[in-house]
Amino acid sequence: MENSNSAVSLRNITKRFGATTANDHVTLDIRKGEILALLGENGSGKTTLMNMISGIYYPDEGQILINGKETVISSPKDAINLGIGMIHQHFKLVDVLTAAENIELGLGGKLNLKQTAKKIQEICSAYGFEVDPNQKVYDMSVSQKQTVEIVKVLYRGADILILDEPTAVLTPQETEKLFTVLRNMRDSGKAIVIITHKMHEVESISDRVAILRKGQYVGEKMTKDTNAQEMTNMMVGHTVALNIERPEPVSPKPRIEVKDLTVLDEEGIVKLDHVSFTAYSGEILGVAGISGCGQKELLEAIAGLQVTEPGSSISYITDDGQKEELIGKDPLEIQEMGVALSFVPEDRLGMGLVGSMDINDNMMLRSFRHGHTAFTDRKAPHEVAEQVVDELEVATPSLNTPVSRLSGGNVQKILVGREITTAPSVLLTAYAVRGLDINSSYTIYHLINEQKKQGVAVIYVGEDLDVLLELADRILVLCGGKVSGILPGRNAIKSQVGMMMTHMGGTKGDEK
Amino acid sequence: MTKNKREPLIHITKRVNIPIWFPLVVHAAALLLALLACAVLTLVMTGENPLSLLNSIINGSFGSSRKIWVMLQNTAMLLCVSLAVTPAFRMRFWNIGAEGQTLIACLASAACMILLRDVLPNWAIIVCMAAASMLAGAVWGLIPAVFKAKWGTNETLFTLMMNYIATQLVAFFCVVWESPKGSGQIGIINQRTELGWLPVIGGQRYLLNVIVVGLICVAMHFYLRYSKHGFEISVVGESVKTAHYVGIKVEKVIIRTMLLSGAVCGIAGFLLVGSTNHTLTTTLVNGRGFTAVMVSWLAKFSPFWMIMISMLLVVLERGAGEISTKFGLNQSYSDMLTGIILFFIIGSEFFIMYRVHFRKPGDKEGKLNV
Amino acid sequence: MFDFISFIPRAVVQGIPLLFGSTGETLSEKAGNLNLGIPGVMYTGGICGVIGAFLYEQSVPNKADIIPLFAILVPLLSCLLGSLLMGLIYCFLTVNLRANQNVTGLAMTTFGVGIGNFFGGSLIKLSGSAVPSIALSTTSSFFHAGLPFADDLGWFGKIFLSYGFLAYAAIAISLVTAYVLRRTRTGLHLRSIGESPATADAAGINVKKYKYVATCLGCMIAGLGGLYYVMDYASGVWSNNAFGDRGWLAIALVIFTIWRPNVGVLSSILFGGLYILHMYIPSGTNLAIKELYKMLPYVVTIVVLILTSTRKKREDQPPQSLGLPYFREER
Repeated sequence: MENSNSAVSLRNITKRFGATTANDHVTLDIRKGEILALLGENGSGKTTLMNMISGIYYPDEGQILINGKETVISSPKDAINLGIGMIHQHFKLVDVLTAAENIELGLGGKLNLKQTAKKIQEICSAYGFEVDPNQKVYDMSVSQKQTVEIVKVLYRGADILILDEPTAVLTPQETEKLFTVLRNMRDSGKAIVIITHKMHEVESISDRVAILRKGQYVGEKMTKDTNAQEMTNMMVGHTVALNIERPEPVSPKPRIEVKDLTVLDEEGIVKLDHVSFTAYSGEILGVAGISGCGQKELLEAIAGLQVTEPGSSISYITDDGQKEELIGKDPLEIQEMGVALSFVPEDRLGMGLVGSMDINDNMMLRSFRHGHTAFTDRKAPHEVAEQVVDELEVATPSLNTPVSRLSGGNVQKILVGREITTAPSVLLTAYAVRGLDINSSYTIYHLINEQKKQGVAVIYVGEDLDVLLELADRILVLCGGKVSGILPGRNAIKSQVGMMMTHMGGTKGDEK
Repeated sequence: MTKNKREPLIHITKRVNIPIWFPLVVHAAALLLALLACAVLTLVMTGENPLSLLNSIINGSFGSSRKIWVMLQNTAMLLCVSLAVTPAFRMRFWNIGAEGQTLIACLASAACMILLRDVLPNWAIIVCMAAASMLAGAVWGLIPAVFKAKWGTNETLFTLMMNYIATQLVAFFCVVWESPKGSGQIGIINQRTELGWLPVIGGQRYLLNVIVVGLICVAMHFYLRYSKHGFEISVVGESVKTAHYVGIKVEKVIIRTMLLSGAVCGIAGFLLVGSTNHTLTTTLVNGRGFTAVMVSWLAKFSPFWMIMISMLLVVLERGAGEISTKFGLNQSYSDMLTGIILFFIIGSEFFIMYRVHFRKPGDKEGKLNV
Repeated sequence: MFDFISFIPRAVVQGIPLLFGSTGETLSEKAGNLNLGIPGVMYTGGICGVIGAFLYEQSVPNKADIIPLFAILVPLLSCLLGSLLMGLIYCFLTVNLRANQNVTGLAMTTFGVGIGNFFGGSLIKLSGSAVPSIALSTTSSFFHAGLPFADDLGWFGKIFLSYGFLAYAAIAISLVTAYVLRRTRTGLHLRSIGESPATADAAGINVKKYKYVATCLGCMIAGLGGLYYVMDYASGVWSNNAFGDRGWLAIALVIFTIWRPNVGVLSSILFGGLYILHMYIPSGTNLAIKELYKMLPYVVTIVVLILTSTRKKREDQPPQSLGLPYFREER
């Protein structure tokens, strides 16, 4: 089935990392003049597969054909020479260098940055980008960095482009701009692969979809012949009910009252601008917003991890109505008052867990101060570990396994599970289902609902609007650090929330 | 099908489950190879039978009861400094300033011996020495720690520089307190009165040092493994972000740990001056601060392994010293041999962590090797 | 009155070994390798030069028959070879075997200083000298020769023209290194490796090759510092441990110059000056004070280190991956 149109053909590619098989005899074609969406749950081996085309990894078995010829790609250099350009999920840019210097990295010939700048301008005007060649990368926003990455690839004359989750950090407008560029590039005959989790993006940008599941190739479809439901089924292997349970809140009482919360980052940029809201016990307050709109700062401010500006106030309200100011308190004191934070960062382990420690020790992170001796109590955390592993069905060889060896879903279960076992009165959680497969996600939703039923005030920051609309009792929409509205979750309309995320001045929802 | 020649021939993967005995075997093999290399080198230099090399090494440390005690004393001192740097290393704070921290403590001890000899009784001088040494070492560790904690100043370079400031301070006081005048040296302090000299127990001059360091070793093991401080150190070492999230005050941990590191160096300095040498020179610590970095790292920061490694290094060093005396070679011969042995052991770490597969041309499956 | 005309040349000759060492170390650190073995490398470079010169002088029975070109080339090449070998050991352990850089560097210093003193000691014994040092005055005279007219031009000649050729080479090498790092593609690639090897790798730069070449070249340049010290500064006299802590001072200089070899030219002279300042400042009979003056270079280095870290200017920070090993398939 090789045809002259295929730019890259993968034949029976297998890649193993230790005991796990990341790719298992994958056969796939990437065609010229076409945008291929590569779909799959986290850990299904999409990135690994693409890394073998770009020379980062070397396959254990199988062949790669470029333009129909069998080729060995043993280094990124080989890939570049073959016209393959990959834009990684985590940008591969050197912070202290300028855009032009980054773009020149790895090329040959004499260095002439003026010439480079000129050529960059040409590419920019051809595709409608904006790049200042002399700007240092550390001064750039994420979308600027991504633009530099794309220009870098085009500068090298790549005609096979791979983009690994390029929209994760972009606003909808930026995404649309990127898609326009990608369509232009497709029309000029380039082969494009895009990895993404977002179904509507797949539907809007791709011509063809290829699906991986657990390292294996499941199949492919023309985008116009399929729909989100079918693609999801192919990804997960069986139909998953899309309903999320949402019990009515029982006797909600104000628990956390935030007033005029303002937070600046290190460079003095406003991250949160006079944010005010109240979170109630027994209810889930969803926080919606494009990534980087202050969600992280909001949760961290409540947990005592952010410096706030004067005039800000966060009060904790006890059951008998007494207010206690949280600002100025230690993270530890706030934690002891029953505020639990489970923030799942991009790399999953960066905050909250220690990768090289085992499950027992990670449970101990919260409780190691208990007891009056100078020594730690190891028995209690061990019991907690057993309980979490047991109740959340964490797949692990033993409690002594370093958590970095576990898969993403299990790591997140441990993190969320630990926070819940501290019996919090306020549960702050961000991106709890980030990158999780659908079954694991439901386990987490269930856990959060259980907490809600027990009267915990839950603040849930999510990426997926659909989930927020089905899970949250109320939805707080953040836009550029401001609250653009608080809507009741049960009859919120997606398009309305979407609009409020991108434009200021959406209708102010009813405050209970 | 044909395979391109440029396909990588060597392929490296991380070992998944490492049995407990495995590192031992690899280290032993590395040591054996290193000794073989040293034997060949000695053969070339002296024309002597390589077997006599082994004999000399053993003789150098175990030849007489005096030699055994010297070896034990040297082991104890190296171990003490190694234990001192370990908490900082577990925190990923690369303190290579143990040399300076120990030396400044030596200075403090010597200062007490000299300045207080006409003022205080013997026991009070010793108490002051101990306190002053630990304080001096702790302060020397504190300075880079404060800057690391507050501004992230590179601690490797900072602690390195602090070593030479300590050296020059000692050089300064060596001239100030020189005896006899004009020699530029201090000589044995309080030789006649033995004021500030630590007591000799059990008739063995070095027994006290060995006991003190032994106790520190056990204490350090429990501190790192089972104490709340020890747990905090591990968390900070593994992930500063996580430490913040669980409410550990990272700055406090860095400063506290470096105070501890410095203070233990201080004890080493106190023992060196008060018990072993009774004098002060710029070379008193004799590079132990640097060797300790290697000991601690090779022992994977485990106090009990450090006993083995420091003893091994001392035995090898004394053995090499024995060889150089026996064949009329320069004393520095031992540094050279120590260097070679270290290279082999450092290199062998790789084979513990990783597995190397060689792809033979024409082979489809990677062949297993090493 | 402070005697600048005699002070400056002495500061320069003190500074040149440091300049060699710091240029070499900068090159290595820019590639992300914190080479704490530089003091050992400088010792090795020095002793290898001495061995080369010694063998050559021994092989020519009549001193008048010594050919200047060979008298310079033989020690020069043996010095470069010795330092290169040290560089290769370091690279093999840290790049291929992924050993900890601090530990490897410190082991190299132990080894290198050992080599220097051992062979130095052996040669002293061989030459049957009465004093514990070895003098290679003939070879040294070639290294030491200043430029023509140096003596005729008064203070100008003394300050600018009176040094051996290696001193000028040191300045040229550091300027060239600065240019290469700043302006050329090779330099760009090297800097990117020191900042983020994963990025450089993904851009198709051969990280291992660059690390090897930069570190080995760095070692060879540093080794020349040892050679300059024996052959020019010390007039061909090797005595054990005479080189002292200059290797560490060279590492201090790297920080002081904020990883810029061109700044090193003047800074090394400043360091050299601080090192000998005590001889020029009247201290009366108080000899002790001079030990405190020797502390100055280290103190100013710490001050610079602190200032750059508190000011947080991104360009002035140490290379970001300094001291960290890189392994592509790690996961």
